[in-house]
Amino acid sequence: MVEETIAEKMSRDMKEVSVAEFFEKNRHLLGYENSTKAFLTVIKEAIDNSLDATTEAGILPDIKISAKPTNADRFKIIAEDNGPGVVESKVPFAFGKFLYGSKFHRLRQSRGVQGLGIHGAILYSQLTTGKPVEITTSIGKDIHIFEMMIDVTKNEPHIISHTVQKNPNKWHGVKIELEIEGRFIERAQSVPEYLKQTAIANPYAHIIFDGPNGKLEFERVVKELPRQPKEIKPHPYGVELGLLRRILAGTKSKTLLNFLTSEFSRVGRRSAEQICKLAKLELNKKPQQLVHEEIERLHKAMQIVKLVAPPTDCLSPLGENLMTEGFKKETGAEYVVAVTRPPSVYRGNPFQVEVGLAYGGNLPQNQTAQLFRLANKVPLLYHQSDCALTEAVTDTDFRRYDLSQSQGQLPVGPLTILIHFASVWVPFTSEGKQAIANYPEIVREVKLALQDAGRKLAGYIRQQNKFRDRQFRRQVFERYIPVVAESLSKLTNKDAKTILNKLQDMIKKKTEVKESEGSKKEA
Amino acid sequence: MKEVKKKLEDLGEKTLNDIEKGENPSIDIPIRSLSNVVYDSKTKMLTIGNKSAKRYFFNVAHAKKFMQSFLVAAFCKELQDQNLHTSLRDLFYALKRTFPNSQENTFDEQSESDPTVVDLEVALDILREQLHLNADVRGRVVGNVVIEDRGDLVDWSKLGSGGWAIPSNIEDITFKKVKADYILVIEKNAAFERLHEDKFWQRNKAILITTQGQPARGTRRLIQRLATEFNLPVFVFTDLDAYGLYIYSVIKYGSISLAHVSDRLGTPHAKFLGLTMDDVDKFNLKSFTIRAEEVDIKRAQEMMKYKWFQKPEWQRLLKSLIDRKIKAELESLSGKGLKFITEEYLPAKIKNKEFLD
Repeated sequence: MVEETIAEKMSRDMKEVSVAEFFEKNRHLLGYENSTKAFLTVIKEAIDNSLDATTEAGILPDIKISAKPTNADRFKIIAEDNGPGVVESKVPFAFGKFLYGSKFHRLRQSRGVQGLGIHGAILYSQLTTGKPVEITTSIGKDIHIFEMMIDVTKNEPHIISHTVQKNPNKWHGVKIELEIEGRFIERAQSVPEYLKQTAIANPYAHIIFDGPNGKLEFERVVKELPRQPKEIKPHPYGVELGLLRRILAGTKSKTLLNFLTSEFSRVGRRSAEQICKLAKLELNKKPQQLVHEEIERLHKAMQIVKLVAPPTDCLSPLGENLMTEGFKKETGAEYVVAVTRPPSVYRGNPFQVEVGLAYGGNLPQNQTAQLFRLANKVPLLYHQSDCALTEAVTDTDFRRYDLSQSQGQLPVGPLTILIHFASVWVPFTSEGKQAIANYPEIVREVKLALQDAGRKLAGYIRQQNKFRDRQFRRQVFERYIPVVAESLSKLTNKDAKTILNKLQDMIKKKTEVKESEGSKKEA
Repeated sequence: MKEVKKKLEDLGEKTLNDIEKGENPSIDIPIRSLSNVVYDSKTKMLTIGNKSAKRYFFNVAHAKKFMQSFLVAAFCKELQDQNLHTSLRDLFYALKRTFPNSQENTFDEQSESDPTVVDLEVALDILREQLHLNADVRGRVVGNVVIEDRGDLVDWSKLGSGGWAIPSNIEDITFKKVKADYILVIEKNAAFERLHEDKFWQRNKAILITTQGQPARGTRRLIQRLATEFNLPVFVFTDLDAYGLYIYSVIKYGSISLAHVSDRLGTPHAKFLGLTMDDVDKFNLKSFTIRAEEVDIKRAQEMMKYKWFQKPEWQRLLKSLIDRKIKAELESLSGKGLKFITEEYLPAKIKNKEFLD
């Protein structure tokens, strides 16, 4: 009998680690490292899913979330939308298997990409309470109710029960019910804050949150959905070596020429020929047969060759009008200015920056300005200081716009700053998806937008100051008039009241002229 | 005084007229700063020039002062009507009040109401005394003099160690007996008391007056009346520093801020006795001097530019203050011995006629 070698013994113990199992051990990567953040993440994933599903189907989103405590540290979460629903046969995989989704391989601006979101929530629920999740869905026909769990070792859905109900009202959508361990707070980095910013970025959505401390309702501000972003092929400048390898392996093209022109945007026949020449590869070589060195040469050539920038209709900005309306409503500010920059490109990825500044009104005086960061309409609540968007703000000199600011800090004043970064690929600094990486092109665009908005805000602030000055002047005269009238009356023995009235008439005439001038300018 | 009352009423009527016509009400007030003060070398007096500034009510920068001027004017009219007198301090407290629904006062400090009174004096060409307002009392006098004040006979030689406190209003005093060869005006009270204790005035037939710092209007008017009515020389004895020299110039020529009444307050023939820098050297007082402060030097530099300090001897004295960066106070002379001033310094100075003019 041949003795088993150590290597053979070790290989016998080796087995595949399922993605679900991996994430069970690394739940912080998905945003579940503590109970406060976990609570927020579950709500966030449900909302992101619902917003994506409804807008893609051209439906104005109606989202209801309820979160009620079942005991001291457990909550029952019910999230319901009016989306298109999920086909019965796809439900087990759509909700019970990691990395199963339609979005990972395409380049288009969307909220989630990796297919991890809602699965993470289900898995977290299962890990902390051991209870199954209940999915209710309909595509307008029958209603299907699934009770299921995820088989962590196999990364497979495990259906506990499946019932079918009649659907006389033709309801469509998805309702998810799960129980989690969590902690609810209402300050910064909380669910209410997240919902508020989500409402600003998605003013066409109607969201009701029935939380532990009562109901929050975010009304629909506009009744139109934004333009659907188009899907684009990757631009050669933005393709990493690993991705190129994957695309090469998966392509149906028979020649390199065909591969380059059909799998990438902005590559025509001439550009494809140039790439092949630079990479010293035959145009009719089979893409699947390239060896490692050849792929490296191809990748290098793709970065060098001169190409037109990628198309930008794959982006869906909020737009200046929508931003202004939503922002004004949620902040209670007196004045809002919004700027949408033209699309730009970083490393072959189209992106677009939008900035909103809300000033005055209900916003607190003499405090550091609040910063709302949004990536593809999703609020980023954590890691503010590591984010390129924050850096762009602290790098901008707001003192030029009549606001106070210490060097390298956020400005101070009754101000909220909103920055929306829209791109087919958001360069997050980590899996937690809370901070945007520092690409010079991105920081530059954000600063340009901030400066443009800042100039407009400065105009308003100066107008306000002028108006306040005028008010102040009027108050001064009004304060002194009784004393002057009384003194004049003593000197001349004339009636004080008559003198008082005459002086007050004069003040009115004098300030009325000036006020109408002011309001003309403001209009 | 009827004329005063009329002037106050006219001011009110003129302003009412402005209002009736829909014009921004204003008062003309002559400017009281160095730029509008003229030194007349013939009469040896500072007089006010003819520059004036309009103070408007509907102008944020003027409104408060305008309001204050009328508040004071109305108060003065009431004093006239009831024939009452009061002090500047009283006026301040009588008129200080807080506006309803605000933190603002009509006047915050007396230093705001005092200049308003002077503004009114200048604008209406009336003396403060005629407005029935008295300044704070400051200054004392001793000497072989008998006066009558409000029906009382007062003998300045029989008032003990304190002497007679000079009142604000000197106009109604009559001199019954004046036996003196000269008037010695002393800046510091301590030096005055030293001289009084040594009976300096008796032995030297002098009238001793202390101004106790910057001379009050009453003290200046008293010096002027005694000097002119009895033809007495006036010698001024102050600290050796820019402020001391300015006290002398105020007694002699009048002051910048009250240039409009120099003719009633100035004593052009007054002479400066000391202390001078030459005295410091001659009487060996160097060890009693102290270091001059930055403000002393600055003040001396300013005064070198004044037209009435242009004589070479004054320029030399001011320059020595700046160059040597020292000053001396009258009190410090006691260091030379308690009787140094009375028995050595003053007799020598007066005998040798060592004065600056």
